[in-house]
Amino acid sequence: MLFVNYYSMNLLFHLGRYFLFLTKIFSKPEKHSVWFKNFVREVEKLGVSSIGIIILVSVFIGAAITIQMAYNITSPLVPKYVISLTTRDTMLLEFSSTIISLILAGKVGSNVASEIGTMRVTEQIDALEIMGINSSSFLVSPKVFAFIFFIPFLVIISMFVGIGGGWLSSVLTDALSPDDYVKGIQFFFVPYYVIYSIIKSLVFAFLIITVSAYQGYYVTGGALEVGKASTRAVVYSSVVILMFDLILTQLLLS
Amino acid sequence: MIEVQKVNKAFQNKQVLNNVSAIFMPGRVNMVIGKSGSGKTVLLKSLVGLHDVDSGSILFNETDFTKVKQKEKIKIRKQVGMLFQGSALFDSATIEENVMYPLDAFTEFSFEEKQERANFCLERVSLLGVNNLYPDELSGGMQKRAAIARAISLNPKYLFCDEPNSGLDPQTAIVIDKLIREITYEYGITTVVNTHDMNSVFGISDSIVFINEGKSWWNGTRDMLLASGNKELDDFLFSSEIMQRLKPKVEK
Repeated sequence: MLFVNYYSMNLLFHLGRYFLFLTKIFSKPEKHSVWFKNFVREVEKLGVSSIGIIILVSVFIGAAITIQMAYNITSPLVPKYVISLTTRDTMLLEFSSTIISLILAGKVGSNVASEIGTMRVTEQIDALEIMGINSSSFLVSPKVFAFIFFIPFLVIISMFVGIGGGWLSSVLTDALSPDDYVKGIQFFFVPYYVIYSIIKSLVFAFLIITVSAYQGYYVTGGALEVGKASTRAVVYSSVVILMFDLILTQLLLS
Repeated sequence: MIEVQKVNKAFQNKQVLNNVSAIFMPGRVNMVIGKSGSGKTVLLKSLVGLHDVDSGSILFNETDFTKVKQKEKIKIRKQVGMLFQGSALFDSATIEENVMYPLDAFTEFSFEEKQERANFCLERVSLLGVNNLYPDELSGGMQKRAAIARAISLNPKYLFCDEPNSGLDPQTAIVIDKLIREITYEYGITTVVNTHDMNSVFGISDSIVFINEGKSWWNGTRDMLLASGNKELDDFLFSSEIMQRLKPKVEK
């Protein structure tokens, strides 16, 4: 009982501090020109630099899903183009938003937590505070907006490249013909799936940055604690992504 | 002038500052000395508002920093420069960008004006030709000088230095000490330096506060230091062999 009590109190403490942290992040920046400069820098650092890994993962997963679908759909009653239709919908509904966000939680989340955590332990955040700068807003809000701004591009790139990966596997293997593949990806296309995926990714982007920044911002100690905070950032943002995936799917698709 | 009145601060039931009182005068190098863990850094961080005190007052020219609203606090902080133990330069920015940070945030200067001011501050601390280098490309002493340049870029009224000589060789430490003293006198800044480096204490201090077990145990000047007659202060002062050699001379 004492054990449960301790953990629930701890959870409430962190939830409360997280929401207070959010109110500080979204206070008015000291100077808009400086904020915008940081925003552009973060778009490059968090968004543009993630394109490579997104392309790499999407093309292979797209190709693998197509081959797995072909392996599983063996009935002659099911037309071949269903393989690519399923690949497309898997990419649109789940992979390009949720799985890509989980991958980004690893790449971007650990980056944000370790950067802010290192700034904390080397007193750089204190230096900002002494200058009279709201450090949480100055450091975190450009990251939040930059990532929210850029993640739809990453999701769309992932969709195209993933479906392209599937087409490649149809060309390189005998899973299905490229013509069947192209027919399948055009069949019964629901544009709302793209919107649904983008809405999810916007929420995930917000969660990845704020949860990771929170972990970094309140770190105490040295390099070891920064490493732990970085790990916590990835684990916690992945968990909340999965929770919100369920909630948003119920809200947006039911 | 900064006046500290009966300041108390505890962390999880551990009393770190216990009724600390002190006065730090403008245009003087005010030193806070004491053993590691005596509460010096907590006092310094409380002075600049990085820690909220539990009770007591910290007056910046009669404005109680502990009671003013956040807006007013930021106003005072803009008049503060701080030199951290580890320099705390922003490692993703060049030295010039580091010095320009406060100017970027709080002035309407054009880029050229900011650059001119940054160059002036870097020149003042004798750091030339390092504008485009990153902090990790500089030595410890140069990093400290760059941090001083950043601290004075907005013409502060108050300068706080947390163990400015830690990790530096004696010669570089003297350079940093001299720089702190020169800047203090030149601009009439109220400077507060936290240290346990006796060379600094005897070299540049104008007034000294000795903190022991979280209490302001003794205050005076460096001339009064060796003959204070205070047991705890003597224990602290004469703990090293070199200082012990100095002790008999005083007693004679």
